[in-house]
Amino acid sequence: MEKTKINITDEVAIHISDMNKWFGNFHVLRDINLEVRRGERIVVCGPSGSGKSTLIRCINRLEEHQKGSIIVDGTELTTDLKNIDKIRSEVGMVFQHFNLFPHLTTLENCTLAPMWVRETPEKEATEIAMEMLEKVKIPEQAHKYPGQLSGGQQQRVAIARSLCMKPRIMLFDEVTSALDPEMIKEVLDTMIQLAEEGMTMICVTHEMGFARQVADRVIFMDDGQIVEQNEPEEFFKNPKSDRTKLFLSQILGH
Amino acid sequence: MMTKIAFVRKKEIPPSAPPITEVGLIGWLRQNLFSSWLNSILTVLSVYFIIIMLWDFIPWAYGGHWNTKSLRECLDLDPDVACFSVLTARWKQLLFGLYPAEEYWRPTLTFIFLLLAIVPILFPKFFRFFWFSIIYPGLAVWLLWGGSFWSISIVYVGLTLGALFFLTVIRRYLKNYMIAAILAFLFTALFFLFISNPLVGLLNVILPISLPFVESLKMGGFTLSLIVGVTGIVASFPIGILLALGRQSNLPVIKMICVGFIEFIRGVPLITLLFVASVLLNYFLPPGTNFDIVLRVVIMVTLFSAAYMAEVIRGGLAGLPLGQHEASASLGLTYWQSQRLIIMPQALKISIPGIVNTFIGLFKDTTLVSIISLRDPVGLASTIRADQKWNGIYWELYVAIGFMFFIFCWGMSQYSQYLERKLKTDK
Repeated sequence: MEKTKINITDEVAIHISDMNKWFGNFHVLRDINLEVRRGERIVVCGPSGSGKSTLIRCINRLEEHQKGSIIVDGTELTTDLKNIDKIRSEVGMVFQHFNLFPHLTTLENCTLAPMWVRETPEKEATEIAMEMLEKVKIPEQAHKYPGQLSGGQQQRVAIARSLCMKPRIMLFDEVTSALDPEMIKEVLDTMIQLAEEGMTMICVTHEMGFARQVADRVIFMDDGQIVEQNEPEEFFKNPKSDRTKLFLSQILGH
Repeated sequence: MMTKIAFVRKKEIPPSAPPITEVGLIGWLRQNLFSSWLNSILTVLSVYFIIIMLWDFIPWAYGGHWNTKSLRECLDLDPDVACFSVLTARWKQLLFGLYPAEEYWRPTLTFIFLLLAIVPILFPKFFRFFWFSIIYPGLAVWLLWGGSFWSISIVYVGLTLGALFFLTVIRRYLKNYMIAAILAFLFTALFFLFISNPLVGLLNVILPISLPFVESLKMGGFTLSLIVGVTGIVASFPIGILLALGRQSNLPVIKMICVGFIEFIRGVPLITLLFVASVLLNYFLPPGTNFDIVLRVVIMVTLFSAAYMAEVIRGGLAGLPLGQHEASASLGLTYWQSQRLIIMPQALKISIPGIVNTFIGLFKDTTLVSIISLRDPVGLASTIRADQKWNGIYWELYVAIGFMFFIFCWGMSQYSQYLERKLKTDK
């Protein structure tokens, strides 16, 4: 399968320099330097506890970094709440455990943020929501509650919910890890479709097939550091560091 | 010889109806009352005890006297049945306390309006009548205590003007909620200090609408229970929410104040607080201030149950996965938006049983005001029993009072169960 690279522009979407983070005394992220260009699709992998989830959670300030800087869409993340809310409304995030709002219907889950954050009129928000639900192929579930949907459907709703905010960047935090094998594909298909449309994406995932198929760059993390990054072809064929080789042999070995 | 492990289904088995003993009345009885020998014995024993209790109670209550002049007369007629005559003779007092008899229509009307005012709150499909719930508190105060209609209305006028002022500042001039709120507060305060009194005086001259004034010590019976109970319930709920949020706050000062308040109020018996309200508070207030006794009691009861409410709601908040906070934050919702739209609706739903528990507790605790010689139904029961004619009566009075409280509390419990069913979204 050929993938399109024409989408990548020179515009910088996310710029992270010398970023450090501690949980108490535990140095969870060390000197992270990363530049993501608009339209780029990045897969972050690594053993558990390597800090990959923490890294993307720093990008929309669900975690606070203590040193270095993170600039998203030209706005630096500081303690300024207004900046944080602005960045969060531009950066969509999908979680491992979906985190849909169980007291709202699928449709309400999707229209809530546009209506309250963007002050979109309800009618328009509903139209956008239906469009997004169609994109993730579950418009018929619009009036059901999340508790009535399967895991795969819930995750697709979660993606639609993020898309309704028309984000410029999407973060995916192990979105298939909590799903049954039969449902992983439907979620990955949605993500692939999104990638092909040129969305800037950072995906923390262990789905190496997905990485091969859509990623422009694969980043391998261990012990809170970026150990290696490369184009997927090279990354999988010729890993440079021993740690990467070990990791790949562990997850691809069976 | 080895058994074959390969197997392929040859025909599909269609679904069929369950056996007759598992459905309908018979199935229900089998499953619930006679599922085992032990359960069957317990069922029979329970039915036996229920019958014994009703065996004595029903003739006692059913054959009761309603029209005698005193307890003596009842006992002379038939000592083995109830003497409900005390209710016939004193029911007005139990309902209205010492409220002037010619003004009984006022608490009655207030009660009817109360029923109307809570409908829009309890049932969302009547929400378009919510305006009535908003004017109800003022209306109730005016009907119960009387006085000039304008002096109550002016409060609404002042608050509305303050709110409009706030919105205008936000829309037109600056988008800083804090400063706008302070300005609006000053504006409202100035209104009440300098404008409201002359305005009320003027209106009283032009169009005098007023009811005879009834002082707080005349309030009694179920009227008093409802005044204290309903105000306490309505006021303690938002305060409880704020305290619960404050207790979870990242700002240490706010957190400390909330924790201190909650722990202090919960650690002190309600009776102590009521004594403080009735006696001690006067020492702390500037001399000459006459702070209405019912208002003081309402404040104490409100604070007391707000502390409990805060803990109940905190339980609900703790029951929410962290992911809900993260998801709403990641969508760009502000703290207050996410509390209002995502967190609170779910936390309150989890806490419904606890919240209603606190409400019911508060409502029944209003009987404690009899200790500080306010005449709620229980206080009145003592007064009635002190009367020579009814000296020695207790069952009938307390059964009736208990029954009245039961109706209100049972109503709240039924509503909460309805609400829980309605808000169930996982099936």
